[in-house]
Amino acid sequence: MRIDLNGIPTEVAAANLGDALMALGYGSTALATALNGVFIPAAGRATTLLHEGDRVEVLAPMQGG
Amino acid sequence: MRLYDVEISSRLLLGTAQYPSPLVLTDAIAASGCGVITVSLRRETANGGGGNGFWPLLQATGAHILPNTAGCHSAREAITTAQMAREVFGTNWIKLEVIGNADTLQPDPFALVEAARVLCADGFAVFPYTTEDLIVAERLLDAGCRVLMPWGAPIGSGRGLRHVDALTAMRGHFNGVPLIIDAGIGAPSQAAQAMEMGFDAVLLNTAVAKAGDPVAMAQAFGQAVAAGRLAFEAGLMPPRDMAVPSTPVLGMADLGLGGVR
Repeated sequence: MRIDLNGIPTEVAAANLGDALMALGYGSTALATALNGVFIPAAGRATTLLHEGDRVEVLAPMQGG
Repeated sequence: MRLYDVEISSRLLLGTAQYPSPLVLTDAIAASGCGVITVSLRRETANGGGGNGFWPLLQATGAHILPNTAGCHSAREAITTAQMAREVFGTNWIKLEVIGNADTLQPDPFALVEAARVLCADGFAVFPYTTEDLIVAERLLDAGCRVLMPWGAPIGSGRGLRHVDALTAMRGHFNGVPLIIDAGIGAPSQAAQAMEMGFDAVLLNTAVAKAGDPVAMAQAFGQAVAAGRLAFEAGLMPPRDMAVPSTPVLGMADLGLGGVR
């Protein structure tokens, strides 16, 4: 299925968010995720199913003011 | 200084963006003596880009981490970002920014209060970036905020305290509430001015990061904030309309040379 990952159309085979991140190469633990604008805690990624057209945001620590 | 029941040693809070290098950033943090540093969340590439390399550097500084919701333009966006930040940074502190205008970066007070209410109820310690408007400040306190962060001038402008009278009124009105001047400070003298007015702390970023020598400027800001606070505690003299000689007049010699007294 095709999802929108950080604003980029991305093809994923995994059924849930946790597996999708793993398959896409996100290995770090210092990540936060949101699905369609809703925060998904790390513990909930494996049980969060993905659907065609979902908007996934994957964020990491960055400098800020 | 206590912020949400946490004792903070320094009254300078420092942003971590725009520094020429990670080494200059960490040296500037150390030179400033700041007790709190601000951070953000941004999109991460699949192979782990730069974000996660940056995070351990900041953890090693020992400063308290204050994540922000910079760039958010709606309450919902800010709320979700705050929730994401809480998990990644392991703190319930959040610098709540909800921007109302992309050019001025002025806070949207309506969305700010709405987001603050939700986040405070969810256990966050909210540091709202707001204006000097007293009614908005009241609403933020009603929402559960125990710290307020009025702007000095628009973010990144370096213009200092643009509305001194309004900020003076705010300081007087919210006696006992920690008030942190956030944004717009461009020079150590402006930070000292805020502290002399009785503000509890100053938060700045660009003035240090974009200085010719950020590490030296960080130290200058640390000293200015400390000096301004000491001056406030010492009690400034009241201004006078007329000159008053500081050297005693009594006992002055009359040399008969025509001086007029």
